[in-house]
Amino acid sequence: MPVSLFLALHFLREYRAQTGLTIGAVAVGVAVMVFLSALIDGLQTSLIDRTLGTQAHVVVSPNEESARPLVVDDDHQLRHIERPAQRVRPIAEWQRIDAWIRADSDVVATSPAAMGDAFATQGSANRPVVILGVDPARFDRVIPVGQRMTRGSYRLEGAEALIGIELAADLGVDVGDKLRLATPEGSDALLTIRGVFDLGNQQVNKRWVLVPLRTGQALLGLPGGANTLHVKVREIFAADRVAERIASETGLSAESWMTANQQLLIGLRSQSSSSYTIQFFVFLAVAIGIASVLVVTVVQRTREIGILRAMGTPRHRIAMVFVIQGGLVGFLGSLLGAGLGAGLSFVFARLSQNPDGTAMFPITLTFELVLAASALASLTGVLAAALPARQASRLDPVEAIRHV
Amino acid sequence: MSESEPLLVLHEVRKSYGELVETEVLHGIDLTIERGEFTALIGPSGSGKSTLLNLIGLLDRPTTGSIRIAGRDTAGLDDTELSLLRAETLGFVFQFHHLIGALSAIENLMMPLSVRSGRLREGDRERALAALTDVGLAARANARPSEMSGGQQQRVAIARALVHHPALVLADEPTGNLDTITANDIFALLRRFNRERSSTFLIVTHDPRMAARCDRIISLVDGLVDSDVRNLQAESH
Repeated sequence: MPVSLFLALHFLREYRAQTGLTIGAVAVGVAVMVFLSALIDGLQTSLIDRTLGTQAHVVVSPNEESARPLVVDDDHQLRHIERPAQRVRPIAEWQRIDAWIRADSDVVATSPAAMGDAFATQGSANRPVVILGVDPARFDRVIPVGQRMTRGSYRLEGAEALIGIELAADLGVDVGDKLRLATPEGSDALLTIRGVFDLGNQQVNKRWVLVPLRTGQALLGLPGGANTLHVKVREIFAADRVAERIASETGLSAESWMTANQQLLIGLRSQSSSSYTIQFFVFLAVAIGIASVLVVTVVQRTREIGILRAMGTPRHRIAMVFVIQGGLVGFLGSLLGAGLGAGLSFVFARLSQNPDGTAMFPITLTFELVLAASALASLTGVLAAALPARQASRLDPVEAIRHV
Repeated sequence: MSESEPLLVLHEVRKSYGELVETEVLHGIDLTIERGEFTALIGPSGSGKSTLLNLIGLLDRPTTGSIRIAGRDTAGLDDTELSLLRAETLGFVFQFHHLIGALSAIENLMMPLSVRSGRLREGDRERALAALTDVGLAARANARPSEMSGGQQQRVAIARALVHHPALVLADEPTGNLDTITANDIFALLRRFNRERSSTFLIVTHDPRMAARCDRIISLVDGLVDSDVRNLQAESH
């Protein structure tokens, strides 16, 4: 065993109370870090999950029609160009584009849709809705609705529809009832409600009506066409990149969830940075704590350092004794703190539950997080020991031996 | 190193302290110590005894003059080289034993054995135990310094100074802190090691009775060697 490690262990053991208190201080710091990280990671993951539960990672659609001035010459200066009404227009050659997008290694699944506005009527009740004409199996791979059915089943054939739970309540309809859809263009259809879903988002639950792709195409006047491609990507934060690629290659409009939810992302980012700031100051306090205890230890050990130096122990080995002490205190404190933080996280997750028994604050406690916290605390211990170690190694042996 | 060369040779050693006002403590010491000698260094307070001991112990450097120890000139050695030379050639016994409180008696003795390699090795424990047996403390091998009497502590300190068989043992008031009976025991122990192993000792002492039992008495007064005599009455002769 290296002598420096041997001495460090015995020195730590000799003043047990002092060592224990320092390890305790480190543990509290690490516990705060683990708890805060687990809480914020969990919160952010669940927020993103909830957001992405009702929208595709990337939505591809035709470009908006721009107004083209018909007359441009020197005599006629155009003051105002009216934006044309946005019609439901298909994506040209959507099958080819869909196949091309699906071949992208960053893409997991795609789902073509005929999408457009309509009114749903039932008796005298009348609600604006969004028609989503989709292939249910493919759509489910992009936005999982199948597992969110509250009533009925996730199946669509012919003149059938799936509607949100709020729309069902608004119109007073349920599985098996009929529902009339009418588009502004004047086409309409009578559909049987096959199921009711709850995606946890009021707007979606109020507005979405899922119908078979063919039915949607017929209603929206897009025979054989699709005006939207929903895309699921492998890595959610790569959605921006994928969308950009699709837009530049196809000339279509491709919007990623990150663009659509910029406010959310900014919020998450500032939440993360405030958490990092707190953690930084916690670690600074831990480092100062370790350093100040070690400075006192060096004074306590002055005579022993003197005798070790007289015996011929080189300076660097004296320094190493204190560096190891700092590292050990940091490491042991981090183990204790990781346990403490994990325990705190679970207790907290338990105490704050939604009525349905799920955690209000979902906690994400990963092995990587514990490992990172331990490594950071050990490193903090080593760095905090640098100053005291230097001080110890520079002691004049003659004076150190005479130190009382 | 050549066997015929004296163990320690000091030539014109001077030592000054202070930067603004320089005070010279040693005014040119010439001194030679042969292998196997058992020498007392005496002198009143402020005579420069401790300063001289620190220089010989390579814990401090002379302002001018040269110190050769075990055939090596110490001038120009850096801190690491001086540390290594201390580890190989010197053993220290201090007035207040200076054992490491966190370690047991036997672990204290393992420290000098591990200085060179920086590691505790297999054979160290046996060698340390043998050295403890030599001072009659094998039974207390696992005791902490705080669990031992003053005399026992000083015997452990002596064992520690000798465990690595240094060429020269420097003792600074080794009995100064002990009662007369214990002091006699400790002194007898030092003499025994000198006789049985031919270890060389240089003992700083205030106690004239202690000095009278050494083979050679060097007296330092005001930073100069005042007298340097062979003591024919010493007990070993």
